[in-house]
Amino acid sequence: MERRTIFAGWVLPVCLVAPQLLLTFFFFLWPAAQAMWFSLMRQDAFGIRTEFVGLENFTDLFADPLYLDSAVRTVVFCSAVAVLAMGTALLLAVFADREIRGRTIYRTLLIWPYAVAPAIAAVLWVLLLNPQIGIVAHGLKAIGIIWDYRLNDTQAMLVVILASAWKQVSYNFIFFLAGLQSIPKTVIEAARMDGARGWRRFRTITLPLLAPTVFFLIVVNVVYAAFDTFATIQAITHGGPGKATETLMLKVYRDGLINLDLGSSSAQSVVLMVGVVVLTALQFRFIGRRNAE
Amino acid sequence: MSPRTDWVAHLVLCGGVALFLLPLWLLMVGATQDGSAIARGELSFLPDLRNLGIFWEVLTDKGPGGATIWHMLLVSGAMALAIAFGKIVISLLSAYAVTFFRFPLRMVCFWTIFITLMLPVEVRIVPTYAVMANFGLINSFTGLAVPLIASATATLLFRQVFLVVPDEMVEAARMDGAGPLRFLRDILIPLSAANMAALFVIVFVYGWNQYLWPLLVATDPKLDTIVIGIVKMIGGDTVTDWNRVMAAAVLALLPPVLVVLLMQRWFVKGLTEGDK
Repeated sequence: MERRTIFAGWVLPVCLVAPQLLLTFFFFLWPAAQAMWFSLMRQDAFGIRTEFVGLENFTDLFADPLYLDSAVRTVVFCSAVAVLAMGTALLLAVFADREIRGRTIYRTLLIWPYAVAPAIAAVLWVLLLNPQIGIVAHGLKAIGIIWDYRLNDTQAMLVVILASAWKQVSYNFIFFLAGLQSIPKTVIEAARMDGARGWRRFRTITLPLLAPTVFFLIVVNVVYAAFDTFATIQAITHGGPGKATETLMLKVYRDGLINLDLGSSSAQSVVLMVGVVVLTALQFRFIGRRNAE
Repeated sequence: MSPRTDWVAHLVLCGGVALFLLPLWLLMVGATQDGSAIARGELSFLPDLRNLGIFWEVLTDKGPGGATIWHMLLVSGAMALAIAFGKIVISLLSAYAVTFFRFPLRMVCFWTIFITLMLPVEVRIVPTYAVMANFGLINSFTGLAVPLIASATATLLFRQVFLVVPDEMVEAARMDGAGPLRFLRDILIPLSAANMAALFVIVFVYGWNQYLWPLLVATDPKLDTIVIGIVKMIGGDTVTDWNRVMAAAVLALLPPVLVVLLMQRWFVKGLTEGDK
């Protein structure tokens, strides 16, 4: 879409767009290009000589069982977070959309966690689940479960999934509620007249109309789980015990900035970049569809 | 609609509310309790009302890096505000330029901005650090705030708003002798005020809650944000002052939550219409 009426001259607009372009160039494009370039290079152990190795960093990466483990772990983690956060949000949104007393208060009380930092969400869950101080942890011990996520791999994964999903429910809730409210009441009314009730009405009428929102949120949740949960995981487990909660994001951080392996971490960055490009492309397809409706 | 109360809905919604409020309640009451008792696992559900002053006292506590809590809050606030205002201003200007003018390479500019959507900090972490070091921006407030100001989403949002401004309005302004800058100031800015308010909430929360970026570019404790400070506090295995950590966490939560609650109406509308 273009505007018909426009102002003349090009000096002013160039000046106006310049700050954005400069920031974009120096902090986005240039580093991204460097990541691609470094991903084709390898430094010797002393960081003195750098040589061109082609795609070797990538072939090494995909032959590295540690990297593949981390990739599988990331997929499991992202799926669990997305399913949990979206499922809970959808359930709450469906009921918050009903004509009940006090619904504006309910909405406010369900929206505020949007503002909680992932790192602070981690603190909240430590309070619940830390084996020493956690209230829920004590409850689990009382019923005979040996609970210590600092030692047990599965429990550690469970804790970071719960903390990450908890923080994302509000975001999903806001979008599901907006999606539900945009469904014309006449459609629901017509379905009711036809005798479609409860679960059946939801499955055959509401859910298909909500599909664009669902697809959009899947992409947002996966991106959130892949990247923004870095703080949550770092605060609760540091990727441990061992590597039990080390997602790709934690690995690229550790390899790049702690172990200073420039070639491998750049290759990992490029792989993540490809992932984001694919997800963004998907997202825009679905946004396009949503606007068309 | 139905005369009887919808008990199922109230039950489910109360469950959801409790899921969010219970951890927050524990955090707030825990802050007022005795730290060593909490460490022994004796966290109580009731606040110790004699100890409400803790939220005030904790402000002068020093974090592991040596900066005080109030200093960390100040850094977080300054960073969040700088990012929010910076982002709104440069996105407004660039959206105005690509929508209301024709100039060479206009679409190249637009797509260059658009591409940044696909390059979050996380995927270019090491080279970004190198660029920051070359500019001497490591451990500076500029380095903390300025690189996060660039934004494709905000530019796209303003562009959407500007595209639907009626041609007649632009014509009328031009007939009245308004130049491009006057038009921007007197017509477009008031017109997009609601969008700016929504954007302010989203970006303020985004800026306040940053973790990876400050971790990357600011190792100097003078630039510790409150989020960084709290993660450092619980990082050690032997945390004894749990109540003080909790009090600090409450203070860290408060500003962004208040911004969202106070501006809820604009925020929800802006978020769902502008997509993130």
